[in-house]
Amino acid sequence: MGTKVPKEVKLDLATLTLMLEKMYMIRAFEEKAEELYTMGKIHGTMHLSIGMEASAVGSVFTLKPDDLILSTHRGHGHCIAKNADMRLMMAEFMGKECGYCRGRGGSMHIADVDGGNLGANGVVAGGIPVAVGVGLGLQMEKKNRVHICFFGDGATNEGAFHEALNMAAIYNLPVVFVLENNGYGMSMSIKKATKISKISDRAAGYGMPGVTVDGNDVLAVYGAVSEAVDRARSGQGPTLVENVTYRWRGHSKSDANRYRTKDEIDEWKKKDPIARLANKLVADGLLTAVQVDDVKKKAYEAINEAALYADGCAEPSLESIEEGVYAE
Amino acid sequence: MREITYLEAVREALRQEMQRDEKVFLIGEDIGVYGGAFGVTLGMLDEFGPQRVIDTPISELTIAGAITGAALVGMRPVGEIMFMDFITLASEQLVNQAAKIHFMFGGKASVPCVMRTPMGSGTGAAAQHSQSLENWFVHIPGIKVVAPTTPYDAKGLLISSIRDNNPVLFLESKLLYKTKGEVPEESYSIPLGKADVKRKGKDLTIIATAIEVKRSLEAAEKLAAEGIDVEVIDPRTLKPLDEKTIIESVIKTGKVLIVHEACKTGGYGGELAAVIASSEAFDYLDAPIMRLAGRDMPIPYNRTLEMHTVPQVEDIVEAARKLVHRKV
Repeated sequence: MGTKVPKEVKLDLATLTLMLEKMYMIRAFEEKAEELYTMGKIHGTMHLSIGMEASAVGSVFTLKPDDLILSTHRGHGHCIAKNADMRLMMAEFMGKECGYCRGRGGSMHIADVDGGNLGANGVVAGGIPVAVGVGLGLQMEKKNRVHICFFGDGATNEGAFHEALNMAAIYNLPVVFVLENNGYGMSMSIKKATKISKISDRAAGYGMPGVTVDGNDVLAVYGAVSEAVDRARSGQGPTLVENVTYRWRGHSKSDANRYRTKDEIDEWKKKDPIARLANKLVADGLLTAVQVDDVKKKAYEAINEAALYADGCAEPSLESIEEGVYAE
Repeated sequence: MREITYLEAVREALRQEMQRDEKVFLIGEDIGVYGGAFGVTLGMLDEFGPQRVIDTPISELTIAGAITGAALVGMRPVGEIMFMDFITLASEQLVNQAAKIHFMFGGKASVPCVMRTPMGSGTGAAAQHSQSLENWFVHIPGIKVVAPTTPYDAKGLLISSIRDNNPVLFLESKLLYKTKGEVPEESYSIPLGKADVKRKGKDLTIIATAIEVKRSLEAAEKLAAEGIDVEVIDPRTLKPLDEKTIIESVIKTGKVLIVHEACKTGGYGGELAAVIASSEAFDYLDAPIMRLAGRDMPIPYNRTLEMHTVPQVEDIVEAARKLVHRKV
């Protein structure tokens, strides 16, 4: 177990281009989110994953359309990678009635249940025990579906992580645990929060494989997660995949970055996962620089269009305030 | 009609629902070959197999997560927490996840699950195995709280709870497990949110929950011998509460005694008193609303001390006398 060079990932150009497009879309969505926030159009908080796009896209692209994901508070990327409708997502972010959750959830609880995203989660590690139940349900329905449960490095020191990974392992559940290690649980460096250098080593304690990959290399992520998805789908149980990455922005809007240096952030910006894929596709002669720019432009245009759509959506009516507390 | 125990009635509801609907399954600690700490699920492993009667490690948080997640993908799970005291360990998943998902996701997902747990004192199990913590959950929107007190109610309410599309906390009274009563063999349901007048009377309304219903009925017999005619109401579902039945009774009798085992401060009785005091029944009250509840202290081990920590039959008789004779 531990860091390994993943098998050569062979994907067709259409898929690679779509991966690039989704990564740009995540970046564009979150830059737009910041912009809207600055303009005072956003009521609540948000947690941006800028710099972590490869982890979301490389992981989710291993899934079939009817597979599922459980996301985190830093979940815009997961949602977009899972093919969410940008307009409904943006509308939710803006608290509008037409948003995915009717404006009741916001950035931290975006769910696209029909699209297989069982929701972002405001509680660190809150989704990991839920993943056991989702896994049990999928195992019982016998349709060969699998799911990915995302969480961050901070979640791995919650009791929920221990209980749930153990239980998923003993029942051989069709789950892939994707740990997005972005270096910090709010301000707490993972280097201070645990004495081990690779969190994936903990998988051994649960009798499941654990692997650490370069989380800024979308193809490395894809390779590791697809192996884990194959294991899950063939009834061999869960895997812990650790994507080592970095968030460029603060934890949330209130973060003054007192716990890290500008140099450190700048170093990681040089490892931009989007530029990395774009450069590779150009270097391999698969896309021209102009084609890359077109992909980027298309993504940013989609987000601009989504923001306009969301801006035009209605606010929830006050009469509907108590709707949906209980299901019928 | 056939008589069975409260415990057998719970088991029969589980069996009949599992026979009817393959989406219903059980999950909890020692519920398989051991049959559960109180024997409720004895024999069910043989009938339904380990896929549907799932023994878990000692991981309460993830038992709650498991029912939440499985419900999210269309199952109808029934979890068991061995003692209600241990629901403290499962609270995050019940309170932040199960109870919130339907609302937080704009009604696009629901969580039809039941968490069963035995509560109450009287078994010499002391402070960490004897609590009645129902009011914590009554306080949480999105979750229903059911507490049956007869074998007939236990079966019908559990069947309704399993069929309900919301998370339901199903509270079983340990001291009632061995009590017997008439229970139809066929499947039937009792609607949630409907109180039951366990005894009709005109001089005083006693509203009691859980084990205190049984004690109140015994007290009512003693009071009858003194010419005091007591009406005993069992809300059965603590949330949603059937306010109408209670208010009508108070309008009739003009006097109210509320009895529960949980500690008085912050207990359910405060809510009942407020419901009555702020209703049209207020004008009919000819005595203060009285609460008889557990003392504000942990449950002690010693038999005599334990018994005197929560209301007993004699306490109820005495309180009723005072109320009726306006000694309060």
